[in-house]
Order: sequence, then C-alpha cells, then structure tokens
Amino acid sequence: MSDDKIKLTLDGQSITVPTGATLLEAAQAAGVDIPLICYHEATSPNGLCRICVVDVDGGRVLQPACVAECGADTRVETRNERVLRSRRTILEMLNASVNLEQAPEIQDMMTDYSADDERFPDARRRESEVIDDNPFYVRDYEQCVLCWRCVQVCAEDAQFTFALTLKNRGHETSVATAFDISMTESPCVFCGQCVGVCPTGALKPKVEWGMEQGWSSEELRQQTRRKRKKGSE
Amino acid sequence: MIAEHDIDAALDAYRGRGREALLPALWDLQRAHGYISPENVHRLSHVLRVPEAEIYGVIGFYTLFHDQPTGRRIIRVCADPTCALVGADEILHGLCDRLGLSGEGSTADGEYTVEHSPCLGMCDYAPAALVSDRGENDIALPNATVDALLDSRDGAYFTRAGDDESVLLDPALSAAPQTLAAYGDYRALRRAIFDLSPEEVIATVEASGLIGRGGAAFPTGLKWKFTRGAAGDIKYVVCNADESEPGTFKDRVLMEHRPHLLLEGIALASYAVGTGKAYIFIRGEYPKATAILDCAIQEAEAASVLGAGIMGSDFALDIEIRRGAGAYICGEETALFEAIEGKRGFPRMKPPYPTTFGLFGAPTAVNNVETLCAVPSIVNQGADWFKSLGTAESAGSKLISVSGHVGQPGVYEIQPGITLRSFLDDYCGGVIGELKAVLMGGAAGTFLLPDEIDVPLSFEDLRAAGSSFGSGAIMVFNQSTDLRDLLRRLGLFFQHESCGKCFPCQLGTQRQVEILERLDAPRAGDRERLHDIGMTMSEASICGLGHTAGIAVLSALEKFPDLFEAEE
Repeated sequence: MSDDKIKLTLDGQSITVPTGATLLEAAQAAGVDIPLICYHEATSPNGLCRICVVDVDGGRVLQPACVAECGADTRVETRNERVLRSRRTILEMLNASVNLEQAPEIQDMMTDYSADDERFPDARRRESEVIDDNPFYVRDYEQCVLCWRCVQVCAEDAQFTFALTLKNRGHETSVATAFDISMTESPCVFCGQCVGVCPTGALKPKVEWGMEQGWSSEELRQQTRRKRKKGSE
Repeated sequence: MIAEHDIDAALDAYRGRGREALLPALWDLQRAHGYISPENVHRLSHVLRVPEAEIYGVIGFYTLFHDQPTGRRIIRVCADPTCALVGADEILHGLCDRLGLSGEGSTADGEYTVEHSPCLGMCDYAPAALVSDRGENDIALPNATVDALLDSRDGAYFTRAGDDESVLLDPALSAAPQTLAAYGDYRALRRAIFDLSPEEVIATVEASGLIGRGGAAFPTGLKWKFTRGAAGDIKYVVCNADESEPGTFKDRVLMEHRPHLLLEGIALASYAVGTGKAYIFIRGEYPKATAILDCAIQEAEAASVLGAGIMGSDFALDIEIRRGAGAYICGEETALFEAIEGKRGFPRMKPPYPTTFGLFGAPTAVNNVETLCAVPSIVNQGADWFKSLGTAESAGSKLISVSGHVGQPGVYEIQPGITLRSFLDDYCGGVIGELKAVLMGGAAGTFLLPDEIDVPLSFEDLRAAGSSFGSGAIMVFNQSTDLRDLLRRLGLFFQHESCGKCFPCQLGTQRQVEILERLDAPRAGDRERLHDIGMTMSEASICGLGHTAGIAVLSALEKFPDLFEAEE
C-alpha cells in the first residue's frame, strides 16, 4: 500500500481511505450513515454537537467523526452500545431544552435512536420571544440548537460582518448582537447567509414567518417590501 | 457615570495592540468604572480593532466582568462545599438582610452588589469571599463575616504549610512572601545557563520521572522535548495558575509564599524549550498571589535573574502575568490559550496538541504551578535524588489541599506512598467526628468510604483504586454532612462553569443539576438518567471539564446508592 492511503475497519468492513481523511469521509465512502447537526460543508467544523461520535478501538472517549482523522489499522464502530447511548442521550437532552418542531432532520434522528421525547421531565427550556426587528428575517431562539453556524458565516467563515456573537455560557448561552441591539442598529448587511445555514426554524425569512402567522398578502407586502427608489416616483 | 479623561487614560496604553490585549483592557475599564459600558466597548473596539459583538461576547463569558452598573463594592461569597459546611449560605443571606436586598443583586444607593461565587481557593480559611472596591485592587477575605464584608479591607492571613522535609514549601513560612534575598540566587537557572544545554535540562527532568501536577499527569520532560522539537521559531511557555477546582488551593499557597521558586521553574522551562517569552495565567480570584508575583518579577528583573541578559548571558526572558476573569474552564490548557488571545474561553479540539499548536498557534509548553516549582530542585539535586522520593511511579513530593472536617485544613507536602488514613491522622490533625466520605481529587473526583482510606496516596495506587489525585484536593466529610446537598453544589458548580460549546456538557450539566436538586423527592428513573448523563458527558464531551463533570455523581451512584432513593 502506498503512503498516501491507510486501511481500517469500519463496522466490520475493511476499507481504504486517503491519509488525512476524516472518519466521516470514510463512513460516507463506505455507505455508512453518520448523523450530523452542527457540521456544514461551508463552515469550519467545530465538532461541538457530538451527535457524530464513533467508537475507535474502544478508546476511553468517543471520537467526533466530522473532524477526527482516520488512524491506520484502527477498528471503528459507528453504532455500538456506547455510541447509541451518547447519541440518544444528547438528543433527549436537546429536545428537553429546545423546540425542535421545525427541525425535521433532528426529528428523524430522534426516531432512529429511539430517543424518548419525555425523557427529562421538568427540564428548564431555553425560552425567548421571537425577535422581529428587521424587514428580512426573524429570530426565534427557542428553536436554536447552538450549532454556531450563523455566527461563523457572519464572521470569518464568510462575511466578516461580525453582527453576531455568543452571549453568556453553558446552558444559558445564546446567539446575540452586541448588547442585544436590533439588527438594524448592528453591522448586519442582510446578506442572508445566517438564514441559509440555520438547521432549524430559528432563523427564517420574514415572508415565510408571516405566512405561518396567517398574514394576508397585503400585510406581507407592508411588512417586508420597501418602496423601490427607481420607478416609484 | 463616565469620566472621559479616565477612559482615555485607561485605554491609551492599549493603542497599537490587538485582540490579545482584550482581557487586560476590560479589567482596567472595570476597575475604573465598576462595569463595562456600551460606550466603552465602542471605544475599545476602535483601539484594539476588535468588533463590538466579539467584545460583548467575551464580557458575557467571564463572570467577573459586568456589562451592567454594579455597586461600588462587589462582594462575592463562596458557595461551594467547604465554605457551605461553615455557614456560607447564612453569610450571604445575612448580607442581603443587612443591605435590604431580597436576594443577590445591587443596593438602590449603588453602594453594594452581592453575589455568590464558585470556590475561591481559600478552603483553609472558609468561609471565604472576594471583595472588589471600585478603583482598588480586589482582595480575598478569609474567615468572612457579614461585618467584615461590609467594613473591612483587611485580607491578611497566614498559610499553614511546610515542615523540615519540604521540597516545595518553605519550612519557615510567615505571612509575607519569600523575598529574593531569602530565596537565593536562582542557582538552578545559573547552573542550567552556564553548565547545561537545553537538551540536558530536558533529559534531567525526563529522568527524574516528574509528571504533571495539574490533573492529567503527563510526563513533564516529554512535554518539553516535544515543544523544543516542534517546528517553528516562536515558542512559548505558559504557567497554568488558573487553579479553580473546588477544594484546591495548593498553587495559591505556592505563589503567595514562594514566588521565586515558581519564577525560576518557569525560567528553566523557557531555557529548555527555547523561548524568551512566558506567561502566567492566574485566576481572577487570586488577587494576592497576582500582586506578589508581580512584585517578585520586578525584584528578579532588577537583580538580573530575569529579563534581558540574565546573569550576563545571552538568555533573556520576559514573564507576563495574565489575569483570568472568572471561568473554571480556562484551567483547560487550550481554553487558557483562547483567554490569553482575548477570546471566549472555549476549549479547542485536540489534536493538534499544544506542543505543536498552542498559544497564538505556536508550539507551547503549558505546565501547572506545582510542576514548575519542582524543577529547580531537580536541576540542583539531580534526577536520582528526585526519584528517591515517593514511589516508583510517583517520583518526588506532592502537595495536597485538604479541607472540610479535619483538625487542621491546609496545604501539606507528602511523599507519595503514605496511606490516606495516615495522612488524615498524622498531617491534618485527624478527622473531626465520624468519617462519612472523602471526596478525592476535587469536584471532579471520586468518593472513598471509611473502609477505603488505607489506599496509598500515589498516582498508581489511586488509579488502581479507581480514583486519582486529580487537582490534589482532598475534601473530608463527617457524619453531619448532607451528601445530597454536597452533590447538588457540585452539580451547580459544573452547570455554572460549563462553557457551553459541546452539547453533552452544555446540556448534561444542566440536566444533571435539575435531577440533583430534587434528590429529596426523586422521580422514578432518575438513577438511570444520571447514569446516562454522566456516561455521555464522560465519553462524548470535547474537553476534560465535560469528561469529569459527572464523575462524582457516578461515584456516588455506586458508593451511596441510597441517596438516590426516595425517603421512606
């Protein structure tokens, strides 16, 4: 075997991958499904949702497939008991804090991993009002899973606008502008990239949101359309 | 109330600097004004060229920074296990009553703000509090009372430590830090610079068997060898002085009493890995140790044992102190780098490891205070001498912070191999009352039962017993202790200190404390819930905080199963 390829075993299959390939790439090549929440091809991977963890050689800790590189001659298991417990528990804990009604991929994972949607009764939910402060999109942080993608594309991953940041820490973390100023007061240029990468219903075009609220077409136009400079005179 | 000239003065010193200066600048603003206002964030944004949203995010990450006006005196009372045993809650309530507050918060006259705090590392003087007066340096107050917290600025205390066989501690301790004259002329550093190559220093430390005292027990010589051998012209040494594990205060005692021992250790590490720049990252709750180290650096530079052209050689070293701002996570080495770089203290993914990609992306040797303090004597007296102390796998001496129900809480230097029983009896003045449990290794530690205390205190014996030195903390609890309350406080600590980056820890520390708060009336299935949470945090989190945030609870599930059953 040449130096630029390595061999490993994944769920019993013997596979060969390029050196430096991630476990996720290896699994995809082998046709093995790995669940993903925070990972997005357009953003720097942070390996933070941990839903993609896999077991490598029965190591003390599980490895995030999205960022961990394949090791030569390792034995990787993507659905053993340890992996299933972590994935199921992460989903159950997430569901207890966040409104996942508009996150169909995560809903499917709940089914796939037999996650009990009432596993953690009396849990503290992350609650907030819908923020409707601009003509383009609304923010509903009750649906935010803290994948960080919106903050990343607003910053160094794409736009270098830095309208968004993370506020507080731990379970109290939320996405916010500086001192919670409105988007119109912030440096936001309404590029829409944050809306594009949001994996749940937390960021949503205002038209879509207005339709959900049952607005009439007249209300939609009043709320979201500005008079065009050209041709309006 | 913002005095324009003050702001300019506070920020002028930062012109030309970048994001790395963010935490020091925020400290200066807060000391001057009591909080960091939107106007000052706006100005700071221009001075450091850091977006306002990023600065706001950093302020919100560190609990000692405030973005709302505070009282002229901020009083933070420790609410963690050791202080709770001696009435910390009553002091907090007493303060609120006296000031007419219904709970934590600020008085209407703008004079006082009262908060609870995670462990202040003063467990030998419980209950402890941190007092911050606007415009003044902070002080840590020992043996706090309501009267003292409202009136006093007297933070004087002795630290009881050291005996004739001490290597790290000075047998002749007093209330004052050891001066350079009393410490002597950095003899090990002189020997290294003039007689030994950096490789020889590393070989000596490697042969000594010294392993890290911060908790992870990594071989120190190997870490230095990796750092020296890593590609790159710029390298750093970082001293991790962010000791924040509840029940742990050994590093504080070392810094407050033997600052030059630490500085010489840092200088030896810097010479060995090949750098002229080292940082000490010290937790914000240690104002006294910070001031003492600051003086000691000036003293050492004046005597040419630090600074440019040390002892007439061409080895130069600048040691810079960086003050943390209330975040236990910054004791995690990569989160610590992020804090020095002026960011939220999120742990990075590893690999890459600090020895190849550390502070500012450069190869970095990051070592605990106690580890660095062991180095001068190793260079002076040799690897064989160091190995002759302790046990086969636990060379040298080891510091233990002991608190709770013992006759004499404090920091003790032991030779590994003695049993926990003899440590408690012979060093700490014995257990007060009847022993119920020992929490070994800190808040992220494991419980030992009264019939398990014959375990020898060494890295290998503790590992075999399913325990560890952890941060070097031993908390002792007698029959009067409410273990459910203890677990609840441990749970609150981790919930408060989780950085929020990875889902298992961000969500797990919250779910865990919700269950620990109802232990008196548990729901069916709570044991299984706690087990799944603990295992998921241990196996799937990003960093050591998450990996250990459920350890004490998992240990209690095994050792004290009755705690999790409904009372009859």
